[in-house]
Amino acid sequence: MALAVEVRGLKKHYRGHGDHIRAVDGVDISTREGEYLVLLGPSGCGKTTLLRTIAGLEEATEGEVLIGGNVVNGLPPRARQVAMVFQSYALYPHKTVEDNITFPLKAEKISKEERRKKARWAADLLGIDHLLDRKPRHLSGGERQRVALARALVREPSVFLLDEPLSNLDAKLRASARDELKQFQQNLGTTTVYVTHDQAEAMGLGDRIAVMSEGKLRQLGPPHEVYDDPQDTFVATFLGSPPMNLVPRNGHVLGFRPENLLPEEVVPGGGTKLGVDLEVGRIEFLSGDRHVYGTARGLGEETRVIARLPATVTTPIEAGEVHRFAVHEKDLCFFDAESGMRTAPQPVWA
Amino acid sequence: MGITSLPASERRALSDREGFLAPLFLLPAVVYVVALVAIPFFLAIAFSLTDVTAGDPSLDWVGFKNFDDIFHDPIFWRALRNTLLFTAATMVLTVVLAKALAMILVADFRFKRLIRFFVLLPWITPVALAAISWLWMFDSVYSPIDWVLRQPGLIDGNTHWLARDNLAAISVIAVQTWRIVPLAAVIIMAGLVAIPHEINDAAAMDGAGFWRRLWEITIPLNLPVIGVATLFGAILTFTDMTVVYILTRGGPDNATQTLPSYAFFKGIGGGDLAQGAAIALFLFPLLLAAAIAILRSVRKMETL
Amino acid sequence: MAVRVPAQLATMTPAEVRRTRTRVAVRRRFGRVGLYVVAVVAALAAATPFIWSTITMLKQDADLYNAQNNPFVFNLDPTTKHISFLFSDTKFLTFAVNTLWVGVLVVAITLAAALPAAYSLARLNMPWASGLGIAIFFVYLVPPTLLFISLARVVSILGLQDSTWSLVLIYPTITIPVAVWLLMGFLKAVPRDVEEQAMVDGYSRVGAFWRVVIPMAMPGIIAVIVFAFTLTAHEFIYALAFVSPSDHKVISTGVPTELVRGDIFFWQSLQASAVLVAVPIAFVFNLLLERFITGFTMGAVKT
Repeated sequence: MALAVEVRGLKKHYRGHGDHIRAVDGVDISTREGEYLVLLGPSGCGKTTLLRTIAGLEEATEGEVLIGGNVVNGLPPRARQVAMVFQSYALYPHKTVEDNITFPLKAEKISKEERRKKARWAADLLGIDHLLDRKPRHLSGGERQRVALARALVREPSVFLLDEPLSNLDAKLRASARDELKQFQQNLGTTTVYVTHDQAEAMGLGDRIAVMSEGKLRQLGPPHEVYDDPQDTFVATFLGSPPMNLVPRNGHVLGFRPENLLPEEVVPGGGTKLGVDLEVGRIEFLSGDRHVYGTARGLGEETRVIARLPATVTTPIEAGEVHRFAVHEKDLCFFDAESGMRTAPQPVWA
Repeated sequence: MGITSLPASERRALSDREGFLAPLFLLPAVVYVVALVAIPFFLAIAFSLTDVTAGDPSLDWVGFKNFDDIFHDPIFWRALRNTLLFTAATMVLTVVLAKALAMILVADFRFKRLIRFFVLLPWITPVALAAISWLWMFDSVYSPIDWVLRQPGLIDGNTHWLARDNLAAISVIAVQTWRIVPLAAVIIMAGLVAIPHEINDAAAMDGAGFWRRLWEITIPLNLPVIGVATLFGAILTFTDMTVVYILTRGGPDNATQTLPSYAFFKGIGGGDLAQGAAIALFLFPLLLAAAIAILRSVRKMETL
Repeated sequence: MAVRVPAQLATMTPAEVRRTRTRVAVRRRFGRVGLYVVAVVAALAAATPFIWSTITMLKQDADLYNAQNNPFVFNLDPTTKHISFLFSDTKFLTFAVNTLWVGVLVVAITLAAALPAAYSLARLNMPWASGLGIAIFFVYLVPPTLLFISLARVVSILGLQDSTWSLVLIYPTITIPVAVWLLMGFLKAVPRDVEEQAMVDGYSRVGAFWRVVIPMAMPGIIAVIVFAFTLTAHEFIYALAFVSPSDHKVISTGVPTELVRGDIFFWQSLQASAVLVAVPIAFVFNLLLERFITGFTMGAVKT
């Protein structure tokens, strides 16, 4: 049965060597039941600490953690009915796969037969029932990940917590694992909180993404919203690869994504376009797209920007030339130069 | 930092040739050890097969006569029995206490440094000096232990710790345990620390309480390390003569004699070098067994 | 500390959740207190002889030699006369000095032999390396109590009988094998890249070893120095067997033999010697404890 997870005013401070570390500095998040929520941010932003606080492995310094509407502060992980998959999978190396999976069930008062049946059910769901007698050191990375998932699954928890479970896999494996993971969660319908630093992963997996930095929540919203409608420059540049171009201009910062910076004649749609004289530096070819690196002139301060031209745009571009690019008005974002926060659109011809 | 341009020729300087360096670097250590360990070892074997004494330094071959004498010597059998008994008893106590102590040392609490300081003292004090402290603790008249036991009326008068066979044995075992537990605890601590903390987290998530985590996760994963600690401790116990020498001189009446102490008394004290050497040689098979066991444990550690 | 979950969290009332929380908090407090208790008991068990030694060394004779008196308190005023006796009327200072210079020399010899050897085994991948490593370990297990008789003969052949120099010669046999094992671990922890960088920059292998590896392994080397020194100060049987004249004795053998005149034990001074020797070493050891642990574990991992 899926439960909603909520944190209110959550703070987690550590007393380091002399200084005070604010790992989580006042975060409010509320998931929906059955939602796949991704906590996204760079290393040290507090996302893993937040996850561990929800799990019960850390106690909040301030604020509350609620699961299914009940405040669970002070309850050990077991009582919270959450299951966690660690980055390193944390399988018990001296136990077989089957024993690994049945381990969590030992805390419940069910018979050994029952336990094995459940383990088999979980293993079957994850396609590892043929591995039950092996030990972790004889498994591949992908297989270990599934064992970790099976171990989490077998307790039928109300919430899944995953801490970067794909980062230890090969790049190629990661894409297919991501797909399977999403399918898996959709079939189960369990609320899932997922931590990652990979924005592409977040965009692919999350129903909603919580972007964090320095212990604070920057923005919470579905993928297209955090991408198209960033609340501040941090979110704007963290999501999207290559990141959003930011050009300081007249006390503001102008933002536009590389895929929206196109040769003027190619920019679609009627309406106002903002012209950009781009002195082309170099061009990269990536999977059919052209990434044009150059310096934007006449827009504000001279800034290095990137334009991403899809294969369909065949305009010839040469390194060294100054080519006239443009961005459609609707694709422009405006940020305050000091705070980095999103502001209302400014008049562009000033 | 001078960057010298490498000569065009193919020959590498001596200071680069690994085939040359490796043995060269090892030479001092190997020479030292061979000269002062291997040779005396074989010399000891030679001694045991001759009639050499302090007075008569010539090595006259006598075959296995020394061993024959030893086998007919009841004190030798007593010493052998004591060596095994003391070691076994000490090890059993040590394993339990050191495991508990190691877990305390890895936990986090105030005064941890202070507690650690005290807890390590038994190991760090030179054995001889520690044994002297204990000599007074076990004194026939002034023993503080007796004093403490007298207060609530548990005993009357004095327990002559070092003067009665069984008590003397217990005293030796106690002192050995006392000094070895810190070392064993440190070794086990190293093992505890080596377990990735995510495994403990996972066990917590899986609902395992303290005792279940201990029995099903911590101890099984640490068995090799515990093994190494135990064996080290065992070696230190049965090769030690200092504690016996200072506490009881092997008494009362050879009741606490061990192989090393007996070898000392016979060899250096009595001047019968040949017999002393023969007695001491019996340590070797025991040590070999322990060493092989340690290596097996270490190998097991690496496969996890 | 498993808590029985009475029902699905979703269907638990807030009151039930609160009750579970209090139960958990109480359990945790209990466990915490238990931990402190056991820790204190352990510390006391280990340290009582020392605490008591410290008290004893300051006791007056009349206080000490009274079976009725509480041995743990000063029934008469404390006095430092036994400590000064130790320094003025006995050869304690000589013993200490002997132990010190023997220690320093032994450590120097140990490092000179063990560092290159450990480096060779840790880095220069010769096929016989691991076998040799094991052999060294085995040597460590051949105890002084096995060798002392024949070594006594060797020592007298070398003319070092009754000289403290015999100890300087022999002690490295004890310290070198252990030092090699520990140093192997510490040296393995130095990343190869840094060395290789130095060699690319123009240093020879030896140069890289001397200028790069050793400085980086210095914390470990210091730990080994302290450990070797401790082993030297501990040693008893060789010192007892080889050196008889009191002027040449070290602390380990000097104190038990010289501070006992006939049947009379100078107990307070004896305790003082134990305390004065143990405490400084323990202090340093405590600081370096974490290093030792790394050394032990790295030495055990063969790569």
